[in-house]
Amino acid sequence: MDLLAGAPVKASFIERSIEGLSKGLSFAALADASAHAQTGLLQRVDPRVKVAGVFTLIVAVAAAHSLLAIAAVLLLALTLAIASRVPAASLAKWVWMPVLLFSGAIALPAVFLTPGDRFPGLPVTAQGLRAASFLLLRAETAVSLSSLLVLTTRWAHLLKALRVLRLPVVFVVILGMTYRYLFLMLQTALDMFESRESRTVGVLDPADRRRLASATVGVLLSKSYQLSSEVHLAMQSRGFRGEVYLLDEFTTRGADWVWLTVFLAVAAAAAWVGR
Amino acid sequence: MHIPDGYLSPSTCAALYAGSTPFWYASLNKMKRRLNTQAVPLLSVFAAFSFVIMMFNLPLPGGTTGHAVGMGITAIVLGPWGSILAISVALAIQAIFFGDGGITAIGANCFNMAIAGSLVAYAVYRVIAGGSAIESSRRVAAAAVAGYCAINVSALLAAIEFGIQPSLFHDASGAPLYAPYPLHIALPAMMIGHLTIAGFAEAIVSGGVVAYLQRAEPALLKPTAPGAALPGESAGWAGTKPLWIALAVLLVLTPLGILAAGAAWGEWMPADFSSPAARQQMTAASSNQAPPAQAPAGLQKLSAIWTAPMPRYAPSVLKSPQFGYLLSAMAGAGLIVLAFLAGAWIFSRVRR
Repeated sequence: MDLLAGAPVKASFIERSIEGLSKGLSFAALADASAHAQTGLLQRVDPRVKVAGVFTLIVAVAAAHSLLAIAAVLLLALTLAIASRVPAASLAKWVWMPVLLFSGAIALPAVFLTPGDRFPGLPVTAQGLRAASFLLLRAETAVSLSSLLVLTTRWAHLLKALRVLRLPVVFVVILGMTYRYLFLMLQTALDMFESRESRTVGVLDPADRRRLASATVGVLLSKSYQLSSEVHLAMQSRGFRGEVYLLDEFTTRGADWVWLTVFLAVAAAAAWVGR
Repeated sequence: MHIPDGYLSPSTCAALYAGSTPFWYASLNKMKRRLNTQAVPLLSVFAAFSFVIMMFNLPLPGGTTGHAVGMGITAIVLGPWGSILAISVALAIQAIFFGDGGITAIGANCFNMAIAGSLVAYAVYRVIAGGSAIESSRRVAAAAVAGYCAINVSALLAAIEFGIQPSLFHDASGAPLYAPYPLHIALPAMMIGHLTIAGFAEAIVSGGVVAYLQRAEPALLKPTAPGAALPGESAGWAGTKPLWIALAVLLVLTPLGILAAGAAWGEWMPADFSSPAARQQMTAASSNQAPPAQAPAGLQKLSAIWTAPMPRYAPSVLKSPQFGYLLSAMAGAGLIVLAFLAGAWIFSRVRR
């Protein structure tokens, strides 16, 4: 027993899973609250325009071969976030830091390993520095743009708007239902881990930990199966015969066309400058 | 292994979207035909399930994270087509709503994990499990190996996608524009973590869940076990005959390896550095870069420590290289089989 022995308390795998699962739930809660804020700038734009605009910008960022052009798009994303009342602190916590840690760790060795012109007295090459900057800047810019979309659009609207990407209706419906049941699953997994944690005294040995993890996944799996049959029966009793329809209620106003033009113009400019 | 935006060039992403589309289309048609109205709720709930499984993630050495993607267990329960769709939807939601994996890389991530992963997992599971009974321990082993192979094939594909970027996409000064590491760095960097930690995470989840379902809900394992023996009909491992035959055929075919010209790149002996013929082969195999005049000192020193009983697969007592090669293959395969049998015996003792 770590606590009694006075040894440093290391988070158990259960605690780490609980932490991971609740992080997912809190980001979704943050996105939902932020998307419902009516005062923001992007919240008022037609979701289809936002989806088309943001996706074009992400492609432009991927295609641009100029660090300056990518940085300019990142700046635009920042400005839009502030104007849409997305708190910079939550962006930093949920978006920038995780990407910086992950992509930063991957990009860092490139600074030393990439062959090219060495800086005098340093083990660093100019090409390596450039390659690492491309990787990090592109990853940060793209994830800032996609978070902006999620943080300013209700998920139900966002899903319907994905139709502008010519996604088949049935995929949109599956995506929507998945998103809905995701939270039930997350909550179920969280409850299972929490109840197990509260009944656990001392430290589980590795074999028990593995058995516990796979039994948790197994229970979740059989619950999924039962849930899907229940959902299927409920759908059938409401008249579902295999065809799916979406109610399209979006209206595009004059301002939305302006936004679409702005998004596409910036994307074209970024791609042209960085060609 | 979720590839973020900016790691792959737009053309690589487009190619992988194009490569994934026929699989999505075919899977959806198959699922709809087989399940009719049940397809939509089943796929939705299982996509949510895969999403949650992917959140049980492990940190890997070297800065990456290892997810137990769950392609093994999903493919075993839903079959390959359902698994392709469920995992693809989970990956799409992770990319769009949670910023995990890039939006431009959804095609790549789905190709590696959902499509290749599910197909490999299903094929390996079916081949190894054969016609064994649902409750057989052979199914647990089959599921574990299936999960292990699937995640490693996915990692290999991702590593190749990363590794081809610097040679294809760089600016005028030679700076890589996307993933900066060439194949000889990307492959080991990705594979070491997956062959060890992430591979075993996937194997434990696949094998462990199949073992759990055998006790708790065997009906879920039936759809992908069409020829399964009824309880008591077969002794679990008895049906492994086709696998033994395949192994024997491969062993007999091993002398084909002698047909390959030259030595394998990098598998040189200290003596090769002083032989003109071997030096010529080394130069040809290293894109015309001449090897150093003498064997590297470290190679000299370390190669003196251990001498193999059958150097270069040719026992010194035998004259015919073909026969020596065959004998080495049999001895090697025999040792591996023996090691596994010993492991299985110890494992069954410990469990009891």
